Parts: sequence; C-alpha cells; structure tokens
Amino acid sequence: MPSSAPVRAESFARSKTDSAHTAPTAPSATAQLEDEAITIFREVAAECERPVLLFSGGKDSVVMLHLAHRAFWPARIPFPVMHVDTGHNFDEVIEFRDRTVADFGVELVVASVQGSIDAGRVREDTGPRASRNPLQTVTLLDAIAEHRFDAVFGGARRDEERARAKERVVSHRDEFGQWDPKNQRPELWGIYNTRHRRGEHLRVFPLSNWTELDIWRFIAERKVDLPSLYYAHQRQVFRRDGMLMAVNRHVRMLEGEQPFEATVRFRTIGDATCTAAVASSAFTVDDIVAETAVARITERGATRADDRISEAGMEDRKRQGYF
Amino acid sequence: MTLADLLEDGVAAKRAAPLRFATVGSVDDGKSTLIGRLLHDSKSIFEDQLEHIEAVSKKRGSDYVDLALLTDGLRAEREQGITIDVAYRYFSTPHRDFVIADCPGHVQYTRNAITGASTADLAIVLVDARHGVVEQTRRHSLLMSLLGVPHLVIAVNKMDLVAFSEARFDEVRQEFSEFAARLDLRDVTFIPISALAGDNVVERSTSMAWYQGPTLLHHLETVYTASDDNLIDVRFPVQYVVRPQRAEHRDYRGYAGTVAAGTLRPGDEVMVLPSGLTTRIERIDTADGPVTEARASMAVTLLLTDDLDISRGDMICRPHNQPTPSQDLDAMVAWMDSEHPLSLRKVYTLKHTTRSVRAMVTDLRYRLDVHTLHRDDSVSQLELNEIGRVTLRATSPLFADDYRHNRVTGSFVLIDEATNQTAAAGMLRTSG
Repeated sequence: MPSSAPVRAESFARSKTDSAHTAPTAPSATAQLEDEAITIFREVAAECERPVLLFSGGKDSVVMLHLAHRAFWPARIPFPVMHVDTGHNFDEVIEFRDRTVADFGVELVVASVQGSIDAGRVREDTGPRASRNPLQTVTLLDAIAEHRFDAVFGGARRDEERARAKERVVSHRDEFGQWDPKNQRPELWGIYNTRHRRGEHLRVFPLSNWTELDIWRFIAERKVDLPSLYYAHQRQVFRRDGMLMAVNRHVRMLEGEQPFEATVRFRTIGDATCTAAVASSAFTVDDIVAETAVARITERGATRADDRISEAGMEDRKRQGYF
Repeated sequence: MTLADLLEDGVAAKRAAPLRFATVGSVDDGKSTLIGRLLHDSKSIFEDQLEHIEAVSKKRGSDYVDLALLTDGLRAEREQGITIDVAYRYFSTPHRDFVIADCPGHVQYTRNAITGASTADLAIVLVDARHGVVEQTRRHSLLMSLLGVPHLVIAVNKMDLVAFSEARFDEVRQEFSEFAARLDLRDVTFIPISALAGDNVVERSTSMAWYQGPTLLHHLETVYTASDDNLIDVRFPVQYVVRPQRAEHRDYRGYAGTVAAGTLRPGDEVMVLPSGLTTRIERIDTADGPVTEARASMAVTLLLTDDLDISRGDMICRPHNQPTPSQDLDAMVAWMDSEHPLSLRKVYTLKHTTRSVRAMVTDLRYRLDVHTLHRDDSVSQLELNEIGRVTLRATSPLFADDYRHNRVTGSFVLIDEATNQTAAAGMLRTSG
C-alpha cells in the first residue's frame, strides 16, 4: 500500500473552497506538463459538444481524471467518463473505479466487451492464450457512436510506443474510427484543430508529452490514490514468455506452468489475461519513482503480452480505432 | 545507480521545464545516428528497445545497429528508410529533461518539420562536413528562423571523414555565417562532431584538441532559455468561463486560460478586448488555491473585480500595452494542404489563440524561395510546402502581436472549411 494516505477529490475541493492559502511559487516537478494538459482539456471542452474521458482505473487514466478536475475546478468535470470493460478485470481495480468516480462526482459509462460478444458484434478467440484486448476496439467504437461522443480523451503517452510517438495531441478519426498516420493534420504551437464532421470524432491525448516517470512524480507529489496492485505485494504468479502473469480466474495455466508466490507489482493494469506483473519491492510511491528512474525496460515491453505481436502491432491496431 | 545516488542527483526532486529541441536533416546527414547517440550515451535507451532494433537490423542484413529504427515509428518510414512525420522522444540527464522533436528533412515533408519546430526552444541543423552548406541546410535554417526558434546549433557532422580538420570546420562556419546574415537568427552555435564515433556529442573528442567549446549535450544542458519568454507584454486569452453553478460557489465566475506572455498579479489593472473595459484582478485561482502571480504558460483562472461581459476568445491585457486589434492582417504563411493550394478570396476558418474567425487572403504579395531567399512577386498561388507573404481580411478583429515578439499571440492556423484540414500556418507581422 502507498505510504501516503489517499486523498479523495471531494475533500480536495472542500478544503480549497474555504482556505485562502497561497500555493508555493516554486514550480512542481510536473508543473509545465500539468499546465499543458489542463490547457488541452479546456480547449477541447470549449470546442467539442460531447467529450468523454476513458477511465479504466489504470494509473494514467487516474492522472487524467485528476488533471480534468484541476482544469475545471471549482466546477465539476463537464463530461462523463467511460470504461471499456473486457470483463477480465482485477477485482481491486473495479472497486477502485467505482469509488473514484463517486468521489469525483462524474458519470460513468461502462461499454462492455461481453455485451459486444453477446450481440454478435465480435467473436471471441478461444484457447488458453486468448485475450479480449483486441476486441475492445469494436466495443469502443460502438459506444462512441451510441453516445455520439465527438472527442475521446485518452491517457496514451508518446513515450510508450513508437507509433504513439508519431501521434498528434488532437488526432482525427474518420467515420470508421480509423487513424491515417500518413496524413495527419499538422499541429503547430498550442493551436488545436478540433473540427470534424458529424459521425467522425477526435482522440485527444493530454498526457502526450509525459513519461512514465512524470506520471509517478505527479502521483507522488499530488498524493494520488491508486489501485493497490501498483505497489509491491505478495501474489501467486506463474512464468509465461519471460513475464510474470498473475494467477486469476480469467487465465488458464498451460502445461508446465507452475504457480509460485512472489513479491510483485504492476507497472500497467489492463485486461487480466494479458497484463503481467514485475518483480519489485517498491512498496511506496517514492520507491516507485526511484525504481522508474533507473528502469532499463519499457513498461509495455515488460508487461504487455499483446504488444509483442509484431513490429507494427500497435500501429495496425491504432489505425483501426484502438486507443 | 542506487536510490541514494538518485536523490543526490535530484532525479526524484523538483525539476525545471524541459528543453524542447528539434533536429532537422536527412538520414544521410546522420540525424538518426546523432539522436541514437544522444539517447544511447545518456543511457536513455531501454534494453528491450535496443534488443528489438538489434534483431531487426540483423534480420535486414545490416552490419551495424540501425539507430534510426528507434525513431522511425511508422511502417512506411521503416520500409522507405526515411522520416515522414515528427517523432517525439524524451530523455533526461541529471541536469535537464529534454523533448526531442525529430523532424523529417525531405522537402515533401516540410509541413511536418514546421510542426516540430513550432514549439522548439532550440534546433539542431546537421551539416555534413564534406559537403558544407547545401540547399537543404539553407532551407532548414530558413524554416527555423521563420518559426522563431530562439537557439540554433549547426552540428558539423562526420568530422572523422575530413580528418578532424579545423580549417574545414572554419570554412563551413564561414559559409553558413554568410548565408545566415540574411536570416533572423538570434543565437547560433557551431559544434564539430562525429555522431557515428561519438566525438563531441556526449563525450569530448580526443581528436579535435583545437575545439575549445562545449560538447553538444553540454550545450543542450546549459543553454539559457529563461529569457526567451516575453515577460513584458501581458496577454491572457480567455479560454473557458468557469461557472460551477453549485450551492457552495453560487456567484463564482472565473475566466480560465493559459498565460500567453507577461506576469499577472492580484490587484493589477487590466483591460478586456474587444470591449476595451478596464477592471482589476481580484484573485488568481488554481485547484491548489489562489496564487500570487501567474507567468507565461501557466494555466490559471482569473477572478475580476467588476462583473463584465467576457467570453471565450476575449483577450485580457494591460491598459497601456495592448495588442493591435485589426481585421487586416499581414503575415507569412506556410502552406500545408496537399490537395488544395492557397486560393485568393476563398474563406477559411482562422484560429488565433482561443479565437476563431473567418478570413480570406486578399493579396499574395510574394512567394519566398526557401533556398535562395528570392522573393517572387509574380505568383498567384501557394502550393504544399511553399511559403509566402500574404494580406488577409478577417470577419472581426484579431488581437494580434508580431510573431517575432510573441509566438503565441503572433501565430494562427487556417482551416479549410470544406475538408477541415489544417491548410496553413501563419506568422503575423505588425511592423516591417
């Protein structure tokens, strides 16, 4: 568990209302990145009619929610949040998700991959290595169409992956949800072109210029509450493809795979079938900041089975509308 | 490194804003090798990334690890071996954080290079020591000058191929300086390097004892950028009106935005454009509570003493230092639409700070030859990647500053209303 006591958004808001204290003038570690993200949130909220923020309970989406809160304070966040739910969740994360949206007073839309499967919109792969992760694209695009969302805030960062390093902050999607990486709109200065036709939408990435370390610096400095999975804990795991997969009801072990107990934490949290843990003794947020600063392997390389598909795996999925 | 070392180095402590720098040049100039060298020697490449590009290089029959694979993230780029679009990369040293905008060098992707340069504090232009200043060097330097990049580094690369000759370095410097005299460049630094061997990139070269200046990384770590911001002209474009409509904030009406220039403090007298009405700043809010001042690039919310009618797109400034409100605009534009050239009297959406108006180009005064700087006043249209001086007429006034004094309030984009494409980038001239 984090060393610092979790602080909830509503209690933030209340303490701010009455106090006339002065914020420190020294810039915080991520002050400039925070200002940039807040500027992006406000710009898109001003120019788009129906934005939505993707919220999974993962650390990047939690940071996004905190930044949105900061952008519009003391008003409430003027858009709902949406979770694209594969149904293969860690229980702690769902509990955290529901508690957090209640604290922030935002509306939660759940777009269910199980719903897409039941409706015959997608077909699920079978077998022990099957993952619902790629199916999320259809569920996401259906939900965007159903709710007529015209701007979708995502927590993707350019440092995560090479195709993402190329993406604009405000990124246009056609009526099929497709990204055209060879014909992106030029994006100069801080001027964002949010124009789009009906049926098209924008993906907006306020954390574009953040690194994994910046995320942790923000979490440390702002005492951001996270699912406990991010901190080192004892857990039953097994080894697969050189990664430590958590033993859980959504994943079937193959022959020869043996469960064992280890001290681990998660660097990313996604679908329980394809997110791996890392061996770590980082029990507090300060431990993680230090561990991240010297990390020698990218977070996706260390923990995402689905990114190992091919050299252009992410680009191909993004072209089709993946987040 | 241990945790104790880290804390001593301040990695976990507070840090200043990152230096954003653009790199321009083609693969042949060794740009990708240089970036790879900076990332590698500053230990910013992750092991799985290095393993990956080693494997791919080997698979392709390459004798060496192709560091360009680190930055060329799109399938088409890897297939063609060129950079098409800007890639952003991040690295840190104990002294500073960096954002690299790795820009394409080919003329057909000029618009993407301009995108990368628009927010850069510094640009590195690579020059091959054997070839000296070539057409491409001139084009890239002109673009960086036009985009107002405050600091330029001419990295004279491949010094190993000219026997680390001081005379050759001096020739290249002389050649560039003659050309650059006609550009608006404020700070130019020349550094002789060999990106392949690492000379003067991170480690000081042992082959160029005659060079007394900093290594490239040392220069990047120490270049002074605090004075690049415009600290004098107060400009606050109103971005979003915050009205909580909650019981506990019943009468709250705040004007949220990001400071474009200058410093705002509670008690300051301010003027609101276009109304021209004056009032005072009552308080400057953030989610952490009120602050005593707001400087350029800070995102804050202003509360004003008087209840005025203010909305998104209005500009808050000081009564005795206002931008020039004008419907007739003089600007340099870089054309970015591949399908539709600039056409006179066609109506575009013009976005300037938080204000969108409609505008048409009434006069194309000249097209600038990006290689010779020659001004061709016989042209009637601008095509993709061409740069020209235009006169525009807008449906309502913009609160304009000269781009050379303020990159935020001096810049705009034109958007094609039929296709929604960003058609042009504009840089305002209010004098000369």
